[in-house]
Amino acid sequence: MATFDLTINGEKKQVDVDPKTPLLWVLRDHLNLVGTKYGCGIAACGACTVHIDGTAMRSCVFPISEVGDNTVTTIEGLSEKGDHPVQKAWLQHDVPQCGYCQAGQIMSASALLKDNPNPDDKAIDTAMNGNICRCGTYTRIKAAIKTAAKNS
Amino acid sequence: MTVIKTSYNRRSFLKATAIAGGGMLLSFNWLAGCNIPQTKEKALEMPKEWFELNGFLKIGENGVVTIQSPNPEIGQNVKTSMPMIVAEELDVRWEDVVVEQAALNTGVFKRQLAGGSQSIRQGWKGLRMAGATAKHMLKQAAAKQWEVPVEEISAKDGILSHKSTNKSIGYGAIASAASQLPVPEKVTLKEVKDFGIIGTSRKNVDGKDIVTGKPLFGIDVQKEGMLIAMATHPPAFGMKLKSVEDAAAKAMPGIKDVFTIQLFNDDYARGFVDSTAHSELVVVVGNTTWEVMQAKKALKIEWKNSGEQTLTIKNFRGGTVNKKLPAALENSVVHLSQMKQIAASTAKEVRKDGNPAKAFKDAAKIIERSYSAPFLAHNCMEPMNFYANVTKDKAELIGPVQTPEFMEKTVAARLGMPLENIDIQMTRMGGGFGRRLYGHFLLEAALISQQANAPVKLVYTREDDMTHGVYRPAYYATYRAALDKDNNLIGFHVRAGGIPEGPLVANRFPAGAVDNYLAEDWSIDSNISIGAFRAPRSNFIAGAEQSFLDEIAEAMDKDPIAFRLELLKRSKEVPVGEKNDYDADRYAGVLELVRDKSDWGKESTKDLHHGVSAYFCHNTYIAQILDMATVDGKPKIEQVHCAVDCGIVVNPDAATNLTEGGIVDGIGHALYSGLTFKDGVPQQSNFNNYRLIRHSEAPEKIAVHFVKSNIDPTGLGEPPYPPIMGAVANALYRATGKRFYDQPFMGDKDVLG
Repeated sequence: MATFDLTINGEKKQVDVDPKTPLLWVLRDHLNLVGTKYGCGIAACGACTVHIDGTAMRSCVFPISEVGDNTVTTIEGLSEKGDHPVQKAWLQHDVPQCGYCQAGQIMSASALLKDNPNPDDKAIDTAMNGNICRCGTYTRIKAAIKTAAKNS
Repeated sequence: MTVIKTSYNRRSFLKATAIAGGGMLLSFNWLAGCNIPQTKEKALEMPKEWFELNGFLKIGENGVVTIQSPNPEIGQNVKTSMPMIVAEELDVRWEDVVVEQAALNTGVFKRQLAGGSQSIRQGWKGLRMAGATAKHMLKQAAAKQWEVPVEEISAKDGILSHKSTNKSIGYGAIASAASQLPVPEKVTLKEVKDFGIIGTSRKNVDGKDIVTGKPLFGIDVQKEGMLIAMATHPPAFGMKLKSVEDAAAKAMPGIKDVFTIQLFNDDYARGFVDSTAHSELVVVVGNTTWEVMQAKKALKIEWKNSGEQTLTIKNFRGGTVNKKLPAALENSVVHLSQMKQIAASTAKEVRKDGNPAKAFKDAAKIIERSYSAPFLAHNCMEPMNFYANVTKDKAELIGPVQTPEFMEKTVAARLGMPLENIDIQMTRMGGGFGRRLYGHFLLEAALISQQANAPVKLVYTREDDMTHGVYRPAYYATYRAALDKDNNLIGFHVRAGGIPEGPLVANRFPAGAVDNYLAEDWSIDSNISIGAFRAPRSNFIAGAEQSFLDEIAEAMDKDPIAFRLELLKRSKEVPVGEKNDYDADRYAGVLELVRDKSDWGKESTKDLHHGVSAYFCHNTYIAQILDMATVDGKPKIEQVHCAVDCGIVVNPDAATNLTEGGIVDGIGHALYSGLTFKDGVPQQSNFNNYRLIRHSEAPEKIAVHFVKSNIDPTGLGEPPYPPIMGAVANALYRATGKRFYDQPFMGDKDVLG
């Protein structure tokens, strides 16, 4: 066990855990930030995507000991009032079916738009291919990303 | 005007206090507002007092209405559409409604189950009646207060008016008086033409909570003193526990206990929801998920062959039957050869019209083709999990399950506890697809909590979830068509089966359209646990049948749609045999609609290959045309047109979303997915080796066209899924010149060929 000082969604947090613990489980079990989802544990589905210093990362394989001074943003901290352009576009297109993967999809999409404000289809596919949606909302996600790009 | 007696599940309308307490679902944000603010925050103000008019709804003194959504939400959006139906008949503004997920309450609600695409179809009447009954009581209260006949009072947008005296009052102001009145014996339902909410698109009531990451799912449950549990099952089907060496695991940080649980008592007769292959599991209980995961890996477990097993199964007549499971450790390669062998020998006749033997003997040409598909894992994105707090005389269970009413009985029997001491609360589910019909994980959580003497959340790892499945069976079908010398279809023969059950639905199209028709069924026993998977049976047989019809049309030199329409015309005008399980007009209707909406038969500058398919299942008619291009040797699906006849469409945009999802899901499974076995061991265990469709592989565009209809609504969760596999196969043929018979058509390959 070791103590880690973290900056998550702009707040300072301290946890005492096994250094190998993935960020995902620190968020979910220790900090009660359950918006970030467990899907596969091997970075193969994207449900656990968060931003580490603004970059989309799979928190299920990211050891807490590697976080260091980097800031972590989760779906709960993406915007203060749930009004990030990507979140608004998701509501406008009524994207979710079951909704479980959508936090990860939104975190991947918002990281993409930060780096590439006007992505073409290929750029969207490349950035989003790591995020599985078992309900098959892919066409709506693509449309919502384009709407968000227009509105941000 | 439809006047109906309220006797239909009348208990629901007697003033139920049963929802008291059921509303406060944990620390969850239990009120799902229907006025999702798009631009500025405009949250509903909650009333100081609620007045309950029946088990489905209560009205606050300020006019805000809470509507209970009775059925489990698995992504099919019933949590929005079911309350919409109540709100319609209540004549209230949707913006004034908040939705609450009902707890399991068989005293108030009927069929709280997500399965068979039946929530809307079977809920329709009861939901409308709930709204209409409450509205009538509000009118009666106003009539009494104003001393006017109740018939003269009209209701709109939550306001009651009396024209000649120019009086009006809001629902909130009269709700208290209305709640004191007896439930009417009869109520009048609205005409379809007067619907103002049904048939209009309303956003998902949980939308805001989903996109902001609020706790909604079973896996999100956190409770004071709650421990985390994980269970280890045998690595292979056909194996069971021999011994456990748990000292190392027990000594690991954060670990509370390691023990085994036995799911069922020896004399227990299993119902259909009790399907699971592994009845003894090794459980690790500890403080946090990561710690429990590590200790689980540190267990040293020996397994042994389980040998032949006999299960006692409840049948539908209330009796029991014994079912023997073979002892073998099974292999997919062997499965395929077994299926081919049995398909070439004998099978059980399930329907025969005319003289098929003679037709095939007399045929000038016989076309014979065989189709296969592998086992599939459901792979809900939210792995199986459940929260349980079992004390001496009470069991509190919270989580994702499609069959809470059935599982309550299973748990009651196992714990020896009366039903009324078991409380099951439903959370939003991260996918269902049939997997959560089989709630062994709920029972496992209950037994773990009982043994650990603590509240526990059981969580499956993805590997546990994928390798401890209740899978879609492996299927195989052989089709034969007899053509006479003038190229007329004179005989049709399907012989289909599966491991361990077949996909055949004997009375479906093209039964009824061919003079000489034979349907035969077979199965091969297996110890691999199987169950319903989105559109069970149809999810294979539709694609096989629709591919085969495409080949017959080609052999007859006919347009594939025109050929199907000819068969349907024949079936309508001079039906062959009896019990034909479809309406030929509605079937033809979706085919014509999709043909007219797409580029079918039209000149196009694009190099696109079209595949058509149509199917009827779960009471709904679907026809699809898929437009495929090939880019760098890969199939690229440019567009899918889908015509749907599901009667009245409650929430069109949400119904479109669900249809799009079914199409994407079907394309993915047809092209990429499969679960194989070697010596009883599932060969795929996570998303690195079980391929699911991804963003870049989805269609560029999906256009959904609903048939305008006043018929009561039917299912939509399943029907769009099965036929698309036929459309994929038929488009692939046109794109490559090669027929595809064995799913997954591409598997691990990235390019065709």
